[in-house]
Amino acid sequence: MAHAAAVAPDDHHYTSTGLSSWKVGFWAFIGSECLFFATLISTYLVYKGRSITGPYPEEILDIPLTTISTFVLLMSSLAMVLALDGVQRGSRKLALIWLGTVILLGATFLGFQVYEFNHFVHEGLTIGTNVFGSSFFVLTGFHGAHVAVGLIWLLTLWILAFRNKLPATDSLKVEIAGLYWHFVDVVWIVIFTLVYLIQ
Amino acid sequence: MQTEVVTGNRDGRHGGGSGHGAGAGDHGGSGHGGSGHGDARHGDGTHASPAFYWIIGGILTVITAVEVAIFYIPALDAVLVPSLLVLSAGKFLLVVMFFMHLKFDSRVFSGVFLAGLVLAMFMTVALVVLYHVLPAYDFMG
Repeated sequence: MAHAAAVAPDDHHYTSTGLSSWKVGFWAFIGSECLFFATLISTYLVYKGRSITGPYPEEILDIPLTTISTFVLLMSSLAMVLALDGVQRGSRKLALIWLGTVILLGATFLGFQVYEFNHFVHEGLTIGTNVFGSSFFVLTGFHGAHVAVGLIWLLTLWILAFRNKLPATDSLKVEIAGLYWHFVDVVWIVIFTLVYLIQ
Repeated sequence: MQTEVVTGNRDGRHGGGSGHGAGAGDHGGSGHGGSGHGDARHGDGTHASPAFYWIIGGILTVITAVEVAIFYIPALDAVLVPSLLVLSAGKFLLVVMFFMHLKFDSRVFSGVFLAGLVLAMFMTVALVVLYHVLPAYDFMG
Protein backbone atom coordinates (compact mmCIF):
# COMPACT_ATOMS: atom_id res chain seq x y z
CA MET A 1 0.00 0.00 0.00
CA ALA A 2 2.93 2.25 0.73
CA HIS A 3 4.02 1.91 -2.87
CA ALA A 4 0.53 2.62 -4.14
CA ALA A 5 0.33 5.72 -1.98
CA ALA A 6 3.63 6.92 -3.42
CA VAL A 7 2.30 6.79 -6.96
CA ALA A 8 0.69 9.99 -8.10
CA PRO A 9 -3.02 9.53 -8.69
CA ASP A 10 -4.22 9.89 -12.26
CA ASP A 11 -7.51 11.10 -13.66
CA HIS A 12 -8.31 7.87 -15.46
CA HIS A 13 -11.10 5.64 -14.30
CA TYR A 14 -11.10 1.88 -14.40
CA THR A 15 -13.95 -0.59 -14.57
CA SER A 16 -14.20 -3.73 -12.46
CA THR A 17 -12.46 -5.55 -15.29
CA GLY A 18 -9.40 -3.40 -14.74
CA LEU A 19 -9.91 -1.76 -18.11
CA SER A 20 -10.14 1.96 -18.63
CA SER A 21 -13.78 3.02 -18.42
CA TRP A 22 -13.06 5.75 -21.00
CA LYS A 23 -11.88 3.14 -23.43
CA VAL A 24 -14.72 0.69 -22.80
CA GLY A 25 -17.20 3.53 -23.17
CA PHE A 26 -15.58 4.74 -26.36
CA TRP A 27 -15.67 1.29 -27.91
CA ALA A 28 -19.39 1.18 -27.06
CA PHE A 29 -19.76 4.55 -28.79
CA ILE A 30 -17.95 3.19 -31.85
CA GLY A 31 -20.31 0.21 -31.84
CA SER A 32 -23.26 2.60 -31.90
CA GLU A 33 -21.61 4.58 -34.69
CA CYS A 34 -21.52 1.35 -36.72
CA LEU A 35 -25.31 1.30 -36.51
CA PHE A 36 -25.53 4.98 -37.42
CA PHE A 37 -23.48 4.57 -40.59
CA ALA A 38 -25.22 1.28 -41.37
CA THR A 39 -28.53 3.17 -41.64
CA LEU A 40 -26.99 5.64 -44.10
CA ILE A 41 -25.27 2.92 -46.14
CA SER A 42 -28.47 0.84 -46.16
CA THR A 43 -30.43 3.82 -47.44
CA TYR A 44 -27.89 4.34 -50.22
CA LEU A 45 -28.01 0.66 -51.21
CA VAL A 46 -31.82 0.43 -51.04
CA TYR A 47 -32.21 3.40 -53.41
CA LYS A 48 -29.34 2.35 -55.66
CA GLY A 49 -30.37 2.32 -59.33
CA ARG A 50 -33.78 3.92 -58.63
CA SER A 51 -33.03 7.41 -59.84
CA ILE A 52 -35.28 8.36 -62.72
CA THR A 53 -33.24 11.41 -63.70
CA GLY A 54 -29.50 11.92 -63.95
CA PRO A 55 -26.74 12.47 -63.26
CA TYR A 56 -26.21 8.80 -62.42
CA PRO A 57 -23.29 7.43 -60.37
CA GLU A 58 -21.44 5.96 -63.36
CA GLU A 59 -21.58 9.35 -65.11
CA ILE A 60 -20.26 11.47 -62.30
CA LEU A 61 -18.14 9.54 -59.79
CA ASP A 62 -14.43 10.20 -60.26
CA ILE A 63 -12.57 7.02 -59.30
CA PRO A 64 -8.96 8.28 -59.77
CA LEU A 65 -9.61 11.32 -57.59
CA THR A 66 -11.36 9.27 -54.90
CA THR A 67 -8.58 6.67 -54.98
CA ILE A 68 -6.10 9.39 -54.09
CA SER A 69 -8.29 10.72 -51.28
CA THR A 70 -8.74 7.16 -49.99
CA PHE A 71 -4.97 6.70 -49.98
CA VAL A 72 -4.60 9.99 -48.11
CA LEU A 73 -7.05 8.88 -45.41
CA LEU A 74 -5.38 5.47 -45.07
CA MET A 75 -2.01 7.15 -44.62
CA SER A 76 -3.53 9.46 -42.01
CA SER A 77 -4.45 6.36 -40.03
CA LEU A 78 -0.84 5.19 -40.26
CA ALA A 79 0.32 8.61 -39.05
CA MET A 80 -2.21 8.44 -36.19
CA VAL A 81 -0.89 5.15 -34.87
CA LEU A 82 2.68 6.51 -35.15
CA ALA A 83 1.59 9.61 -33.21
CA LEU A 84 0.23 7.39 -30.43
CA ASP A 85 3.50 5.46 -30.42
CA GLY A 86 5.40 8.76 -30.13
CA VAL A 87 3.28 9.95 -27.20
CA GLN A 88 3.61 6.58 -25.45
CA ARG A 89 7.38 6.83 -25.84
CA GLY A 90 7.24 10.28 -24.27
CA SER A 91 8.64 11.93 -27.41
CA ARG A 92 7.15 15.40 -27.85
CA LYS A 93 8.90 15.76 -31.20
CA LEU A 94 7.37 12.57 -32.64
CA ALA A 95 3.97 13.49 -31.22
CA LEU A 96 4.06 16.91 -32.88
CA ILE A 97 5.30 15.56 -36.22
CA TRP A 98 2.81 12.70 -36.52
CA LEU A 99 -0.20 14.51 -35.06
CA GLY A 100 0.57 17.35 -37.46
CA THR A 101 0.78 14.85 -40.31
CA VAL A 102 -2.61 13.38 -39.41
CA ILE A 103 -4.13 16.86 -39.34
CA LEU A 104 -2.62 17.76 -42.72
CA LEU A 105 -3.74 14.51 -44.34
CA GLY A 106 -7.21 14.76 -42.81
CA ALA A 107 -7.55 18.34 -44.05
CA THR A 108 -6.41 17.20 -47.49
CA PHE A 109 -9.09 14.51 -47.51
CA LEU A 110 -11.71 17.10 -46.57
CA GLY A 111 -10.38 19.33 -49.34
CA PHE A 112 -10.89 16.52 -51.85
CA GLN A 113 -14.44 16.07 -50.57
CA VAL A 114 -15.25 19.77 -50.86
CA TYR A 115 -13.85 19.74 -54.41
CA GLU A 116 -15.92 16.67 -55.28
CA PHE A 117 -19.14 18.13 -53.85
CA ASN A 118 -18.54 21.41 -55.68
CA HIS A 119 -17.86 19.56 -58.93
CA PHE A 120 -21.04 17.50 -58.55
CA VAL A 121 -23.17 20.60 -57.94
CA HIS A 122 -21.71 22.20 -61.08
CA GLU A 123 -22.55 19.02 -63.00
CA GLY A 124 -26.16 19.31 -61.84
CA LEU A 125 -26.19 16.82 -58.98
CA THR A 126 -27.47 18.28 -55.72
CA ILE A 127 -29.05 16.73 -52.65
CA GLY A 128 -32.46 17.30 -54.23
CA THR A 129 -31.77 16.20 -57.80
CA ASN A 130 -32.53 12.48 -57.44
CA VAL A 131 -32.39 9.67 -54.87
CA PHE A 132 -28.75 9.02 -55.74
CA GLY A 133 -27.90 12.63 -54.93
CA SER A 134 -29.91 12.56 -51.69
CA SER A 135 -28.45 9.33 -50.34
CA PHE A 136 -24.92 10.09 -51.60
CA PHE A 137 -24.66 13.57 -50.11
CA VAL A 138 -26.18 12.50 -46.78
CA LEU A 139 -23.86 9.48 -46.45
CA THR A 140 -20.61 11.13 -47.52
CA GLY A 141 -21.60 14.42 -45.88
CA PHE A 142 -22.00 12.78 -42.49
CA HIS A 143 -18.68 11.03 -42.99
CA GLY A 144 -17.06 14.34 -43.85
CA ALA A 145 -18.59 15.89 -40.74
CA HIS A 146 -17.01 13.12 -38.68
CA VAL A 147 -13.65 13.86 -40.30
CA ALA A 148 -14.07 17.55 -39.45
CA VAL A 149 -14.85 16.74 -35.80
CA GLY A 150 -11.80 14.47 -35.71
CA LEU A 151 -9.62 17.26 -37.10
CA ILE A 152 -10.75 19.67 -34.36
CA TRP A 153 -10.08 16.99 -31.75
CA LEU A 154 -6.61 16.27 -33.15
CA LEU A 155 -5.82 19.96 -33.35
CA THR A 156 -6.49 20.32 -29.61
CA LEU A 157 -4.15 17.39 -28.96
CA TRP A 158 -1.48 18.96 -31.16
CA ILE A 159 -1.79 22.21 -29.20
CA LEU A 160 -1.47 20.26 -25.94
CA ALA A 161 1.67 18.55 -27.27
CA PHE A 162 3.03 21.89 -28.49
CA ARG A 163 2.55 23.38 -25.02
CA ASN A 164 4.29 20.32 -23.57
CA LYS A 165 1.11 19.21 -21.80
CA LEU A 166 0.76 15.79 -23.37
CA PRO A 167 3.00 13.46 -21.37
CA ALA A 168 3.15 9.69 -21.83
CA THR A 169 0.84 9.27 -18.84
CA ASP A 170 -1.85 11.05 -20.86
CA SER A 171 -1.50 8.80 -23.89
CA LEU A 172 -5.06 7.56 -23.36
CA LYS A 173 -6.26 10.90 -24.74
CA VAL A 174 -4.40 10.23 -27.97
CA GLU A 175 -5.41 6.57 -28.02
CA ILE A 176 -9.12 7.41 -27.83
CA ALA A 177 -8.80 10.15 -30.47
CA GLY A 178 -6.96 7.54 -32.54
CA LEU A 179 -9.81 5.04 -32.15
CA TYR A 180 -12.20 7.67 -33.47
CA TRP A 181 -9.93 8.53 -36.37
CA HIS A 182 -9.37 4.90 -37.36
CA PHE A 183 -13.12 4.31 -37.19
CA VAL A 184 -13.67 7.19 -39.60
CA ASP A 185 -11.09 5.51 -41.83
CA VAL A 186 -12.80 2.08 -41.78
CA VAL A 187 -16.15 3.70 -42.57
CA TRP A 188 -14.52 5.26 -45.63
CA ILE A 189 -13.08 1.88 -46.63
CA VAL A 190 -16.66 0.57 -46.76
CA ILE A 191 -18.02 3.67 -48.55
CA PHE A 192 -15.24 3.61 -51.15
CA THR A 193 -16.08 0.02 -52.05
CA LEU A 194 -19.88 0.10 -51.90
CA VAL A 195 -20.46 3.56 -53.37
CA TYR A 196 -17.55 4.21 -55.71
CA LEU A 197 -16.25 0.85 -56.91
CA ILE A 198 -19.44 -1.24 -56.96
CA GLN A 199 -21.62 0.96 -59.13
CA MET B 1 13.71 -4.31 -39.99
CA GLN B 2 12.31 -4.66 -36.53
CA THR B 3 8.70 -5.73 -36.54
CA GLU B 4 8.14 -7.14 -33.11
CA VAL B 5 4.71 -7.09 -31.58
CA VAL B 6 4.51 -6.84 -27.84
CA THR B 7 1.47 -8.44 -26.38
CA GLY B 8 0.08 -8.62 -22.91
CA ASN B 9 -2.73 -10.51 -21.28
CA ARG B 10 -5.99 -10.29 -23.14
CA ASP B 11 -8.25 -10.48 -20.14
CA GLY B 12 -7.18 -7.08 -18.96
CA ARG B 13 -6.82 -8.09 -15.32
CA HIS B 14 -3.29 -9.32 -14.74
CA GLY B 15 -0.85 -7.29 -16.60
CA GLY B 16 2.21 -7.72 -14.51
CA GLY B 17 3.27 -4.21 -15.31
CA SER B 18 5.28 -2.07 -13.02
CA GLY B 19 3.28 1.09 -13.51
CA HIS B 20 0.46 1.88 -11.13
CA GLY B 21 -0.42 -1.71 -10.66
CA ALA B 22 1.25 -2.63 -7.43
CA GLY B 23 -1.07 -2.53 -4.52
CA ALA B 24 -4.12 -2.07 -6.67
CA GLY B 25 -5.51 -5.52 -6.19
CA ASP B 26 -6.61 -7.39 -9.24
CA HIS B 27 -6.64 -4.19 -11.17
CA GLY B 28 -2.93 -4.44 -11.14
CA GLY B 29 -0.59 -4.24 -13.97
CA SER B 30 -2.87 -4.47 -16.86
CA GLY B 31 -5.29 -1.80 -15.86
CA HIS B 32 -2.73 0.78 -14.94
CA GLY B 33 0.21 -0.03 -17.04
CA GLY B 34 0.29 -3.53 -18.35
CA SER B 35 3.34 -3.23 -20.46
CA GLY B 36 5.48 -1.66 -17.86
CA HIS B 37 5.26 1.89 -19.14
CA GLY B 38 3.31 3.29 -16.27
CA ASP B 39 0.03 4.50 -17.56
CA ALA B 40 1.15 4.75 -21.10
CA ARG B 41 -0.48 1.63 -22.50
CA HIS B 42 -3.71 1.55 -20.55
CA GLY B 43 -3.43 -1.88 -20.20
CA ASP B 44 -4.61 -3.67 -22.38
CA GLY B 45 -1.20 -4.90 -23.25
CA THR B 46 -0.71 -3.69 -26.65
CA HIS B 47 1.61 -2.24 -29.02
CA ALA B 48 3.69 -2.96 -32.05
CA SER B 49 6.80 -1.30 -33.39
CA PRO B 50 6.57 1.62 -35.86
CA ALA B 51 8.08 -0.64 -38.53
CA PHE B 52 5.19 -3.03 -38.10
CA TYR B 53 2.70 -0.18 -38.58
CA TRP B 54 4.51 0.90 -41.75
CA ILE B 55 4.16 -2.63 -43.10
CA ILE B 56 0.42 -2.60 -42.37
CA GLY B 57 0.18 0.80 -44.11
CA GLY B 58 1.98 -0.65 -47.12
CA ILE B 59 -0.37 -3.63 -47.28
CA LEU B 60 -3.39 -1.29 -47.10
CA THR B 61 -1.97 0.72 -50.01
CA VAL B 62 -1.38 -2.39 -52.10
CA ILE B 63 -4.90 -3.70 -51.43
CA THR B 64 -6.38 -0.33 -52.46
CA ALA B 65 -4.35 -0.41 -55.69
CA VAL B 66 -5.56 -3.96 -56.40
CA GLU B 67 -9.17 -2.88 -55.79
CA VAL B 68 -8.90 -0.06 -58.31
CA ALA B 69 -7.11 -2.33 -60.81
CA ILE B 70 -9.93 -4.87 -60.57
CA PHE B 71 -12.43 -2.04 -61.15
CA TYR B 72 -10.71 -1.06 -64.40
CA ILE B 73 -10.10 -4.56 -65.85
CA PRO B 74 -13.18 -5.61 -67.89
CA ALA B 75 -12.17 -9.28 -67.85
CA LEU B 76 -12.71 -9.31 -64.08
CA ASP B 77 -16.27 -7.96 -64.22
CA ALA B 78 -17.70 -11.35 -63.30
CA VAL B 79 -15.80 -11.42 -60.02
CA LEU B 80 -15.84 -7.68 -59.40
CA VAL B 81 -18.31 -7.57 -56.51
CA PRO B 82 -17.07 -10.57 -54.50
CA SER B 83 -13.42 -9.57 -55.01
CA LEU B 84 -14.02 -6.01 -53.89
CA LEU B 85 -16.03 -7.12 -50.87
CA VAL B 86 -13.28 -9.53 -49.77
CA LEU B 87 -10.51 -6.96 -50.28
CA SER B 88 -12.51 -4.28 -48.49
CA ALA B 89 -13.16 -6.64 -45.57
CA GLY B 90 -9.42 -7.36 -45.47
CA LYS B 91 -8.60 -3.66 -45.20
CA PHE B 92 -11.29 -3.20 -42.55
CA LEU B 93 -9.82 -6.06 -40.50
CA LEU B 94 -6.24 -4.81 -40.81
CA VAL B 95 -7.15 -1.34 -39.53
CA VAL B 96 -9.35 -2.64 -36.72
CA MET B 97 -6.97 -5.38 -35.58
CA PHE B 98 -3.66 -3.54 -35.79
CA PHE B 99 -4.22 0.23 -35.93
CA MET B 100 -7.08 0.06 -33.41
CA HIS B 101 -5.18 -2.62 -31.48
CA LEU B 102 -8.09 -5.05 -31.11
CA LYS B 103 -5.75 -7.92 -31.99
CA PHE B 104 -3.75 -7.31 -28.82
CA ASP B 105 -6.26 -5.55 -26.58
CA SER B 106 -8.67 -7.06 -24.12
CA ARG B 107 -11.41 -9.16 -25.67
CA VAL B 108 -13.93 -6.97 -23.84
CA PHE B 109 -13.27 -4.22 -26.41
CA SER B 110 -13.71 -6.67 -29.29
CA GLY B 111 -16.99 -7.87 -27.80
CA VAL B 112 -18.38 -4.37 -27.33
CA PHE B 113 -17.39 -3.38 -30.87
CA LEU B 114 -18.57 -6.60 -32.50
CA ALA B 115 -21.99 -6.30 -30.83
CA GLY B 116 -22.60 -3.04 -32.69
CA LEU B 117 -20.92 -4.19 -35.89
CA VAL B 118 -22.85 -7.46 -36.16
CA LEU B 119 -26.15 -5.68 -35.49
CA ALA B 120 -25.26 -3.08 -38.11
CA MET B 121 -24.38 -5.72 -40.71
CA PHE B 122 -27.56 -7.68 -39.98
CA MET B 123 -29.66 -4.55 -40.30
CA THR B 124 -28.02 -3.57 -43.60
CA VAL B 125 -28.51 -7.01 -45.12
CA ALA B 126 -32.12 -7.18 -43.88
CA LEU B 127 -33.02 -3.75 -45.28
CA VAL B 128 -31.38 -4.39 -48.64
CA VAL B 129 -33.11 -7.77 -48.98
CA LEU B 130 -36.50 -6.36 -47.93
CA TYR B 131 -36.46 -3.19 -50.00
CA HIS B 132 -34.10 -3.91 -52.88
CA VAL B 133 -33.94 -7.64 -53.57
CA LEU B 134 -37.42 -8.98 -52.75
CA PRO B 135 -39.36 -6.27 -54.65
CA ALA B 136 -37.60 -7.50 -57.81
CA TYR B 137 -39.61 -10.72 -57.50
CA ASP B 138 -43.36 -10.59 -58.10
CA PHE B 139 -44.62 -12.96 -55.44
CA MET B 140 -48.27 -12.08 -56.02
CA GLY B 141 -48.10 -13.56 -59.50
